[in-house]
Amino acid sequence: MARLLSLTLNGRARTDAVSDNLLLLDYLREVVGLTGTKTGCDGGECGACTVLIDDRPRLSCLTLAGTVADRRVDTIESLATDGRLSAVQLGFHEKLGSQCGYCTPGFIMASAGLLRRNPRPSEDEIREALGSNICRCTGYVKIIEAVQHAAKLCAQGLAP
Amino acid sequence: MNEIVPAHNIGDYVPMIDGPEKVSGRAKYTADVLVPNTLAGRIFRSPYSHAEILDVDVSEAARLSGVKAIVTGADCDKGFGVLPIARTEYPLARERVRYRGEPVAAVAAVDDATAKEALRRIKLKVRELPAYHTARAAMAPDAIAIHDHRPHNIEREVLFELGDVAAAFASADLVREGTYNCAEVCQNQMEMHAALADYDAVRDRITVHASTQVPYYVHLMLAQILDMDMSRIRVVKPHVGGGFGCRTETLNVELIAALLARKTGGRVRLVVNREETFITHRGRPETDIRLKLGLRKDGRIAGVECECIMRGGAHSGYGIVTILYAGSMLYAIYDLHNVKYVGKRVLTNTPPCGAFRGHGTVDVRFAFESLLDQMAGEMGLDPIAVRRANYLQAPTFTDNDLMVNSYGLPECVDWVEKESGWKERKGKLRSGNGLKKDHIRSGLGFACSHYISGASKPVNWTGEPHATVKIKLDFDGSIVVLSGAADIGQGSTTILAQAVAEVLGLDLARVRVVTGDSELVPKDNGSYSSRVTFMVGNAAIDAANNLKAVLIAAAARKLDAKPEEIECLGELYRAGAQDKGLTFEEVVTEALRDAGTITVTGNYSTIPESHGGKKYRGAAIGGTMGYSYSAQVVEVSVDEETGVVTVDKVWVAHDCGRALNRLTVEGQVQGSVWMGLGQAMTEEAAYHDGLMLTANMLDYRVPTIQDSPPIEVGIVESIDPHGPFGAKEAGEGSLAAFLPALTNAIADATGLRFNDLPVTPDRVFAAMEKRAREAGRKRNGGA
Repeated sequence: MARLLSLTLNGRARTDAVSDNLLLLDYLREVVGLTGTKTGCDGGECGACTVLIDDRPRLSCLTLAGTVADRRVDTIESLATDGRLSAVQLGFHEKLGSQCGYCTPGFIMASAGLLRRNPRPSEDEIREALGSNICRCTGYVKIIEAVQHAAKLCAQGLAP
Repeated sequence: MNEIVPAHNIGDYVPMIDGPEKVSGRAKYTADVLVPNTLAGRIFRSPYSHAEILDVDVSEAARLSGVKAIVTGADCDKGFGVLPIARTEYPLARERVRYRGEPVAAVAAVDDATAKEALRRIKLKVRELPAYHTARAAMAPDAIAIHDHRPHNIEREVLFELGDVAAAFASADLVREGTYNCAEVCQNQMEMHAALADYDAVRDRITVHASTQVPYYVHLMLAQILDMDMSRIRVVKPHVGGGFGCRTETLNVELIAALLARKTGGRVRLVVNREETFITHRGRPETDIRLKLGLRKDGRIAGVECECIMRGGAHSGYGIVTILYAGSMLYAIYDLHNVKYVGKRVLTNTPPCGAFRGHGTVDVRFAFESLLDQMAGEMGLDPIAVRRANYLQAPTFTDNDLMVNSYGLPECVDWVEKESGWKERKGKLRSGNGLKKDHIRSGLGFACSHYISGASKPVNWTGEPHATVKIKLDFDGSIVVLSGAADIGQGSTTILAQAVAEVLGLDLARVRVVTGDSELVPKDNGSYSSRVTFMVGNAAIDAANNLKAVLIAAAARKLDAKPEEIECLGELYRAGAQDKGLTFEEVVTEALRDAGTITVTGNYSTIPESHGGKKYRGAAIGGTMGYSYSAQVVEVSVDEETGVVTVDKVWVAHDCGRALNRLTVEGQVQGSVWMGLGQAMTEEAAYHDGLMLTANMLDYRVPTIQDSPPIEVGIVESIDPHGPFGAKEAGEGSLAAFLPALTNAIADATGLRFNDLPVTPDRVFAAMEKRAREAGRKRNGGA
């Protein structure tokens, strides 16, 4: 069965016909064409597909597209303002929180979710917020530094 | 007026030049290349470990509406494999299946659901054969050969003895032997394997996008498998989400996508899932090691005897090279003489292993550094002093003819000794510092490792330079670097831009790098064996110098001066300090005037002295232009009530010759250490009857951010005489030392030595229980 899905995606209202069993991840990538959100595993293991639903980090691979009706969904493509990188994006770029880049959108969305609710997280709070995202390149050391750097940039007025 | 000076970037913290794409979601990986009218590909895999194929019946699948093509082993009788001497694998199995999950057939259909349904309708009829899931079982006298040309399932046996090992042990003050088992581990890079193949039936040409580290090898294998002229093939490598070695050979995924595309006369997207990515494998083999060392009172290593058996899986892959590295790389870190090595690479009915980061060196290094630590303790010597007693004196050649020109190991050792407070703290943490609970035992462990900066002899020996880089300069004044080097996240694109900008004295903003498309860029052997910075970096420097010569000649012409009088300041070229000079744009205009668009070439070739020796068959493996060195101290806490080991901190020093980019060197070193941590503590590919039980990221336990320690990096710069600006590799050499540094730390904390990896809480707990039981028996007066 298909239904009409209306939501606010990256700040814009849109409506699409989606089948009941369509995952939010596949909706974003294959229907809308927003390929920044990544598929990294066979379901709920790696966090690469993390998006924000009403500002909360959620795994889009475990979310049916139909369940986000009338909700706000933000993906990695939403963060830049007028083409300029957000605080978290800058943090990951400047501090090398991203190497191969494949887990990066998920980490960045989880970090953005963290900084939206807690602008000054401790290291433990960062570790907890990113505990369900896997990175295979960095050993996480520079990811922590990236989020700390992003928090500083937020304090200077940049959006997360 | 501000003084114009050449721009410099070497040695700075330079964020990756493709970072903005990665953090914004704009970076396209193979699965992100979505084109309308693309068919969905799926692979039908063998449910048997070992069987003779009687029939692959695809008739029912072919009748399904929406199925556009089906390929089986009958569609391709050409073998593939990374080593020219071992091309015994087929994209789709023929006659036999040799591991559970081996591709047997593949479908291209209008959508994924149809492709999936088609797989359900394929019928495979077989006669099962005895299957061997361990090296020991495969080598049993009555075992049948998994490949007919390999009796007893030995893919390769390596044997050498250099010096007199028996005499060395007789002269030693302490001789000890240990056995070690390292579980099989997987790269488990974040991007799952993917390929997009587009066949142009009108022109008989094919374009393949592949998630690979080696686009050139993919090109070669596509030509072989498709039986197509290479000029009709184009290989594109988009962004790649890591590799760590599993993509250093052509994988069946890209070959199957190409076979399907040609059969349908169209475009096929084949994105395999995480389980299939695990099964495609090419990880580090399970390795059993028996190591014997002889040590003198002064800490000198008298002799080494090492026996190494690897469970290689069902196909050769890089296996022959892996078993050779394990032996040759005993050398080039310490001053060793009297070394005997016996290596056996075994074929088994498990997914094929390959070249995992630290290729061939890691498990043997674990054994070596563990036994050395244990023997130092037994002789009352400081483990660090024992290493110091065995340093090489560079420049030198080892007994197996490996060329060592720069050797920063002593500085690495000094750094970690100082920063970790080794002298004050070693052996004194065990009883706790009053802050920790009684059942927590802490300790420090130390170990060293090393790695090559590119294999000096490429796998495919063609006689061409080892690396080639082109630079294009045109009317716009931007420097366009063209290179086949495959950036898989390690930052090679950034290093190329840095090298060229540095030579020309220009800001990085002037430099663009084009990579990853065989239609545009010069061939490159690929990203493996940590060759890119060294080889391609040198070629980039050569190209930039050639461009600089063209620009200087143009400036001299314009300024009516001799070329040797021209001073290049990057954005300004002038003839002497009094000269107003020419801007970069003016020089470019002058240079273009007669010749039009400028293209220059830079090459790099390794020197024959670096090619290893001939003292035994395969002795070239291990030869490189420069070895990196690493030393590590690991601090652990062991919970005696649960067996849980926590790594509190790691100090690592890495000799990378010269840090071209301190940010990416740190990132590479931290990533290596952490990958060693995964192998040492949690990661293990486990099988039941040949079925991989751990083919997902929950059962294959990758350390999370909550399990991962702070890793402090010290950069040692030994300035290699041949390295680009003195640089050597930074991305692999620090992996191996973590494993023994961890188990040495656990031994320091608890007195228990773990020779089998991974050191899981179960193993620690069992060892503590066993010790408690034995202590109890002793107290009770023996059994």
